[in-house]
Amino acid sequence: MGALRSLTIEQQIGLLFLGLFGVLGLVSLVGFGRTLREASPEQQELHERFKRELRAVWLGAVLFWVAWVSGAVVATILFGVISFLAFREFITLTQTRRADHRSLLLAFFLVLPLQFVLAGSRHFDLFTVFIPVYVFFAIPVLSAFGNDPQRFLERTAKIQWGIMVCIYGMSHAPALLLIDLPRYASRGAFLVFYLVVVVASAQIVQEFASRKLRRRPVARAISRSFSWRAWLIGSLSAGLVGALLYWATPFKPIPALVMGFIAGATGCLGEFVMKALKRDAGVRSWGGKASVTGAVGLLDRVAPLCFAAPVFFHAVRWYFGL
Amino acid sequence: MKLPEAAGLLLAFVARLITGAQGHWYGCPPKAEQRIYFANHQSHFDWVLIWAALPGDLRAVTRPIAARDYWTSSRLKHWITREVFNAVYVSRQRTDDQDPLEPLVEVLKSGDSLVIFPEGTRGNKGDPQPFKSGLYHLAEQFPGVQLIPAWIDNVQRVMPKGEVVPVPILCSVTFGAPLQLQPGEDKRAFLERAREAVVALRSVR
Repeated sequence: MGALRSLTIEQQIGLLFLGLFGVLGLVSLVGFGRTLREASPEQQELHERFKRELRAVWLGAVLFWVAWVSGAVVATILFGVISFLAFREFITLTQTRRADHRSLLLAFFLVLPLQFVLAGSRHFDLFTVFIPVYVFFAIPVLSAFGNDPQRFLERTAKIQWGIMVCIYGMSHAPALLLIDLPRYASRGAFLVFYLVVVVASAQIVQEFASRKLRRRPVARAISRSFSWRAWLIGSLSAGLVGALLYWATPFKPIPALVMGFIAGATGCLGEFVMKALKRDAGVRSWGGKASVTGAVGLLDRVAPLCFAAPVFFHAVRWYFGL
Repeated sequence: MKLPEAAGLLLAFVARLITGAQGHWYGCPPKAEQRIYFANHQSHFDWVLIWAALPGDLRAVTRPIAARDYWTSSRLKHWITREVFNAVYVSRQRTDDQDPLEPLVEVLKSGDSLVIFPEGTRGNKGDPQPFKSGLYHLAEQFPGVQLIPAWIDNVQRVMPKGEVVPVPILCSVTFGAPLQLQPGEDKRAFLERAREAVVALRSVR
């Protein structure tokens, strides 16, 4: 691992993407090899699901690469577009009324671009407080001028929460890409990569563990698979993966383990919260046939990241005393 | 590419960005047959949504209906409806010597498809209002043209009456199975049946 640290930044990053696309190519190849065999209908269905997930991962990886190659501005815009699509999906499934029209316009066309401009221009102090302080104040004011008291608190709370998750959470991804840490200049891509890998492995291991363990679920009405032990196993393996990746990060091995644990744990809990939200909205999945409007299911995929990114971002900032 | 064509592509892109404009072809495939699409009407955005949900090659032969007094009142409105959408203008004021359906008959004779909103006006919410009789007369005169019901979902949230800027919310257009005018069917019964066909698409997921 030490040899890797002595390479130049460009070489390290090249290696990172080479490794990423190499692994993905290998997985795709194996997946393709499996289609050549006979399969029962259930296996076929499982394979279809696998193919869909794999396609999403490929898309994510390519986007990540494009974001890195084309620099800060394009990366910020890219994450901004993803945030827009996720927030669109969130609002579609939320009950809003006519009087919220202006607040929604404010959220979509002013708050969202401004938040990403703040991230892109590295104004991290204003970036951190802009939504929790100023937007939190502006949204209910505009909604109140809409002159409709019916379920007012519920409506504004939902809009505010959607902004927090889809815009505020997501905007921490480009912020990680752009953050300047001591002796770690212009290597933010590793931090985003680290975060994504750690959160993804936490989710996969947790899913696997909950299937194997079959523990009693903590909250049956919300998720039939979530149990504390599976969650702990998922988060711990996220920490382990994080420690293995320490050479790519500004952390030493032990802090890398802790950071991985924190990111994995928050990501899994974020996914759990999203499940509660889905149950509330009465859909099983944001995407697929169950949805009212044929939403694409993007929110499902980015939600764990949206929850983990702000926690991780601030953990990093505190760790370095920025 | 000419300017109207480019403007059309841009508009379709914006509509897709804001609403998703998903077309669900539930009861019939998107085909280049002569058709009359009829749908519920809640917003000025309805037509753009149906138009964006259609495949590109069907857009050129599918035409909307525009109220002459409103959509020719400014040069921009007139240009968009005439050049981009190739709209059929109808007068809302009824004169004694002219049949208000005459422009539509001309279009159907020339082989193009039509999109009509038989409620006649934009409804506020909930169930569509009773249908106007134009649909019946067209079905009577053109038995060979397919009548396709369509349900537009969620669009009233995108742009409520009186607002100008649309909010990005996902919408969908569900197209149902073709309807036929039965021989000797009563006008009112047919219009009610057509309305029910539109409403029934609401629960199709």
